[in-house]
Amino acid sequence: MPNMSLTKQPMPSREPSVRRRDFDEVALGYTAEQAIDEAKRCLNCKNKPCVSKCPVQVDIPSFIARVAEGDFEGAYAIITRSNSLPAVCGRVCPQEKQCESQCVRGIKGEAVAIGRLERYVADWHNAHGATVPTAVAPNGHKVAVVGSGPAGLACAGDLVKKGYDVTLFEALHLAGGVLVYGIPEFRLPKAIVQQEIDTLKALGVHVQTNMVIGRVLSIDELMNEQGFEAVFIGSGAGLPRFMNIPGENLSGVYSANEFLTRVNLMKAYREDSDTPIYRAKRVAVVGGGNVAMDAARCAMRLGADSVTIVYRRSRTELPARAEEVEHAEEEGIEFKLLSNPIEILGDENHRVCGIRCVEMELGEPDASGRRRPVVKPDSAFVLDADCVIMAVGTSPNPLIKSTTADLQTQSWGGIVADEKGRTSREGVYAGGDAVTGAATVILAMGAGKTAAASIDEYIRNK
Amino acid sequence: MFEILKRKQLNPSVVRIDVAAPLVAHKAQPGQFIILRTDERGERIPLTIADFDREAGTVAVIFQIVGATTEKLAHLQVGDALADFVGPLGRATETDGLRKVAVVGGGVGCAIAYPVAKKLHEQGTEVHTIVGFRNKELVILEDEFAAVSDRLVMMTDDGSHGDKGLVTNALKALIDGGEQYDEVIAIGPLVMMKFVSLLTKEYGIKTVVSMNPIMIDGTGMCGGCRLTVGGETKFACVDGPEFDGHLVDFDEAMQRGKMYVDFERHAHDESCRLFKKEVR
Repeated sequence: MPNMSLTKQPMPSREPSVRRRDFDEVALGYTAEQAIDEAKRCLNCKNKPCVSKCPVQVDIPSFIARVAEGDFEGAYAIITRSNSLPAVCGRVCPQEKQCESQCVRGIKGEAVAIGRLERYVADWHNAHGATVPTAVAPNGHKVAVVGSGPAGLACAGDLVKKGYDVTLFEALHLAGGVLVYGIPEFRLPKAIVQQEIDTLKALGVHVQTNMVIGRVLSIDELMNEQGFEAVFIGSGAGLPRFMNIPGENLSGVYSANEFLTRVNLMKAYREDSDTPIYRAKRVAVVGGGNVAMDAARCAMRLGADSVTIVYRRSRTELPARAEEVEHAEEEGIEFKLLSNPIEILGDENHRVCGIRCVEMELGEPDASGRRRPVVKPDSAFVLDADCVIMAVGTSPNPLIKSTTADLQTQSWGGIVADEKGRTSREGVYAGGDAVTGAATVILAMGAGKTAAASIDEYIRNK
Repeated sequence: MFEILKRKQLNPSVVRIDVAAPLVAHKAQPGQFIILRTDERGERIPLTIADFDREAGTVAVIFQIVGATTEKLAHLQVGDALADFVGPLGRATETDGLRKVAVVGGGVGCAIAYPVAKKLHEQGTEVHTIVGFRNKELVILEDEFAAVSDRLVMMTDDGSHGDKGLVTNALKALIDGGEQYDEVIAIGPLVMMKFVSLLTKEYGIKTVVSMNPIMIDGTGMCGGCRLTVGGETKFACVDGPEFDGHLVDFDEAMQRGKMYVDFERHAHDESCRLFKKEVR
């Protein structure tokens, strides 16, 4: 008998007044009873509309049916047939725009909490003595994976399970890419990422950190001198954009990447970290995406008195996940919507002291379908701030492009790859943000998986 | 882990270490830098490559003890290892086609100027080197510079070694004396590079400076190392570290360099206190 409740089981979360000053995880996850209860809301639709909107096509109704029966390990086995990082995706996927957006239960009431169930299943598996995976017999073919973010992890995982000798190259000192340097601990605990990487290592993936491909070794050297038969480039979109307004180079203006890297990768919030961070009192974060929410919530946790998101469109256009916006609001983050910075103001010591903005109003829809913000005349105002974080997007890093001959790229820097992940160079594949520009974890994983299948086909037919 | 194979105290606050890092040594060029972490809790700091030996697979860096990390680094001995040592990063010094160059080094910046002078010398460029220090006690690499320079001018602020005065005085004297340089390469404190650039601008001599701003990743990811060069924002880690000295906004770079002064002073005092405890 299905559970006909119109609403989802609410996610147990820590009190905003407590969590806003520490970095422990915000959402606590379902209990077994809550998970089973929620799973029973699934109608197990024959045509599975949810699956069609999942970038890696997880068999959602089947895994939920197992959860409803209390067979969590069985559910885990179904999810991991198509998704190698369920504990990550259950936390950071924009489910409301993907699987849950198609859920029949969402027509009248709320969709089934697919993401929360995925998280529950993965956490249950990890907590109950996850079996150590056994390595597959090696097939003797070497493949290099450049970048250890979601695309690289997914690609490496699929290839090693097919017997390939996979080496994962990471530029930083810790593997995980954006999962480690970008997404904060309170949203995605780093122990979970580490567990995924340890699993890959147990399967036989060689993880080499401190390897800036394009500098230490080039793609050509990997293929011609190091004996890799194919290379997957999943180097992400790590180059921060700025607005090119006056005052952006003042002390106290951070790119979101720098701010988040100091906090998340370098653990600057901890007393025992040697990495400095400026503990500002009045913080302005420019941008409305998930990265802006992450930066704002980190700034609050570092002890700010006030943190304000400055975004040029209105609330409905905020690109961040609804849940992240709600969490930010609960934690006291203020939103200055329909406002756009035109100058960052500095004091006599070249330090930030404010941000001059203009008010905006929404005009006609632009190419993206969103209504274009236009400046209201004579609307300039100044927001006091001793720190400004620019979270206005990132572009692919040009390092590999500039050191790899004949690798075609788009005018904005993205690597050109076809639907199978093939680039203009034979044996070189690419996927994730390096190809699409900044997108989501799950899309990058999907691209990594697709490329793994193509690489397998390529090497077998060589 | 990256083992320290040699360690040499060059002056009371400047140390050279030679680190086993074959992949870095394999590709290193003068002008490029590395990023290191001493240990798992350590910060990432950039240091310019001072020397390298491709066959031995070693890379040397020379650093001045200024903050907590360089203090920690200075306490490491031969046989100790660094947690991370990444590179070579940044672009190499462009030396093609240069016939006569004035290399100007100031303080610990001489550590970076030296491999550049050496490369120029090896390719047959006439090298005039001007190095400046506060006093005799702080002089480093004098013999090394002498071996690769057609002319070496030593300057100290107090006149305790070489001539008394600033490197800009010496450079001006050489130019006024009729020396004609294709290029001036200046590496040292920001204020020195600023005044060298102001001087050479008057004479219309192309000038290259090496910037060493605050950095984290060194791959273009954070933008913390950004500078204004010719009115445009550049990232020192990927666009540099060398730039046209006539275009760099040195005043802004100096202000940005002070971002964490208070934090660093505190951290340095703290780590000194810890080291004293250990000794006791």
